[in-house]
Amino acid sequence: MDFANIFLGALNEIISPTTAAYALAALGLAVHFGYTGLLNFGQAGFMAVGAYGFAVPILSFNAPLPVAVLIALGASAVFAVILGIPTLRLRADYLAIVTIAAAEIIRYIVTTNSMTAVTGSANGLSAFTGDFYALNPIPPGSYNLGPFAMNERDVWVRIVAWALVIVACLLVWMLIRSPWGRVVKGIREDENAVRALGKNVYAYKMQALILGGLLGSIAGIVFTLPRDAVQPANYGTELTFYLYTALLLGGMSTVLGPVIGAMLFWVLLSLTQGLLYGAIEAGYITFIDTSQAGQVRYILVGVTLMLLMIFRPQGILGNKKELAFA
Amino acid sequence: MSSQANEPQRGERSGGAHAAEPADGPAANEYMTDSRPITEGAVEPGCRKRDPILVARNVTRTYGGINAVDVAHVEIPRHKITALIGPNGAGKTTLFNLLTGFDTPQSGDWQFEGRDLAGVSAYKVARLGMVRTFQLTKVMGKLTVIENMRLGASSQPGESLWRAFFPPLWRGREREITRQADALLAKFKLDAKRSDYAASLSGGQRKLLEMARALMVNPKLVMLDEPMAGVNPALTQSLLDHIKNLKAEGMTVLFVEHDMHMVRHIADWVIVMAEGKVVAEGPPDVVMKDQAVIDAYLGAHHDVDLGDSEGFEKLEAELEHDPESSVGTEPDGVVGRRIDERKGQA
Repeated sequence: MDFANIFLGALNEIISPTTAAYALAALGLAVHFGYTGLLNFGQAGFMAVGAYGFAVPILSFNAPLPVAVLIALGASAVFAVILGIPTLRLRADYLAIVTIAAAEIIRYIVTTNSMTAVTGSANGLSAFTGDFYALNPIPPGSYNLGPFAMNERDVWVRIVAWALVIVACLLVWMLIRSPWGRVVKGIREDENAVRALGKNVYAYKMQALILGGLLGSIAGIVFTLPRDAVQPANYGTELTFYLYTALLLGGMSTVLGPVIGAMLFWVLLSLTQGLLYGAIEAGYITFIDTSQAGQVRYILVGVTLMLLMIFRPQGILGNKKELAFA
Repeated sequence: MSSQANEPQRGERSGGAHAAEPADGPAANEYMTDSRPITEGAVEPGCRKRDPILVARNVTRTYGGINAVDVAHVEIPRHKITALIGPNGAGKTTLFNLLTGFDTPQSGDWQFEGRDLAGVSAYKVARLGMVRTFQLTKVMGKLTVIENMRLGASSQPGESLWRAFFPPLWRGREREITRQADALLAKFKLDAKRSDYAASLSGGQRKLLEMARALMVNPKLVMLDEPMAGVNPALTQSLLDHIKNLKAEGMTVLFVEHDMHMVRHIADWVIVMAEGKVVAEGPPDVVMKDQAVIDAYLGAHHDVDLGDSEGFEKLEAELEHDPESSVGTEPDGVVGRRIDERKGQA
């Protein structure tokens, strides 16, 4: 087994654009669930809306990059409002049910065959990031970032993705420390008490839902960039639960928690995959093959999450004191 | 906190409903000494007040055929402490919910300072200056005490999503809010708990925090739903003082309470509800002597001490002459045995 390579591969995940996408989407969930108490089980839907909202305009009517991004953001805001109007006046569990269903509806709509011309059906869409990579100011060549060699496209997409993560974290951090953040945290604790103090709880919940949804759709765009493709199968319900895993790993009521959680999630996945594959190829493990090993790592992620919930329920960055009264 | 908190003697306070302790220091101001009559005309259920802050008419709320609230007319006098009493299930909390927009009545209209509030949402009601607390105390456990207080403040521009990004727009107001909050915390003796999570407070401290937080809104009418429930006698006294201080500061107080002694102690006016209706109202001394109220609220023979044989005999003697009592009509237990015996001898 080549341990050095396995560890390097895992470390490489820390700055991968996919990790950045997970971090952004999990940050959106932190705004929803960690701060406002909105149980959104449809973050994958917001990511899909972002990804398709970005890809479809470019491929269908040659929209310029900024227009495509605006359409993606607008579409996810509309999606949030549609979800929020019927559910935000109700208890939290209703939002959970509606969002999980809505995310599936989005996925089924883009998979329908009658939409093939627009959404590419089950095959999805590809070759729509030309404009994005055309903006790349980095000259072609091979770049070494520590032990990692990458081309100019890899560097560019990482810079953009992580710049977005940093900006998003800063904005969320500012918001949460503001009186606005105090109100949404109050809503998380007891919305009727907040209402009794003269705050328009419904409007705050809607704002939070839209805000977290926007972060989700930006994540959806970032997710498509390194692949130059969007496929409906990527936006299943399990994506939402991976995001929740990342969120809970890092600490749900923190700004950097989702980022750390996303990094850890991908490092763990990569590490377990590397170690399992290595062990199977070296003949240490004989009762499973490599394709089964791919599934085993998700079992390990689940076990990790269980252990975390038992021994450090507040997550890695979370404040233990906050949870002592849960 | 004085030992007086323990069960003030019945009839300890005589005189009018408006009498305030003159030795109350700063509290002895015009609101405390105002002795003009509260009502206009006769004192009866649903009577007109000289200066009502809240007027409700024909407010009804039914839950599956049961009339939870069916109030024909009720007025809350301004600058007074009004107690809303009644047995469990009388509809007191439901009436609170209806008036504050947390529930919607089947019919009725009500005005707060002349402004129609039917159909107005709860947060707007609070902004108008009518702030309530809850029977089951609601504090934001994972916010600190001071953050709980700040949350109560109104007109903080930083609570708007856009302005939240620009601290210079809201820092000034935040400092004012914090000053106001600190002053209130000191008054309610919670200043030592300032940076603790509200969840770490005791039940009584939470009651205090909830009341203090409601005051951050600068309300005109404070509606307290069972402020004394589950609070120890020493803290009860301090809560009573706080409620009296609210009046001294020019606020109107409406509170739900079960303990008649507490009500007698601080209320200027008492409204009695039973089965959703206002069955009696008046100054506490008068209302508490009202036989209908005593019967409906406390049961007909509430003042008999069953701890000694003398009281027991007294109860039996009373029951014997109570036409509504079933005791003694058939031998069914310890109570009434002597009545049966006497009947047997006769």
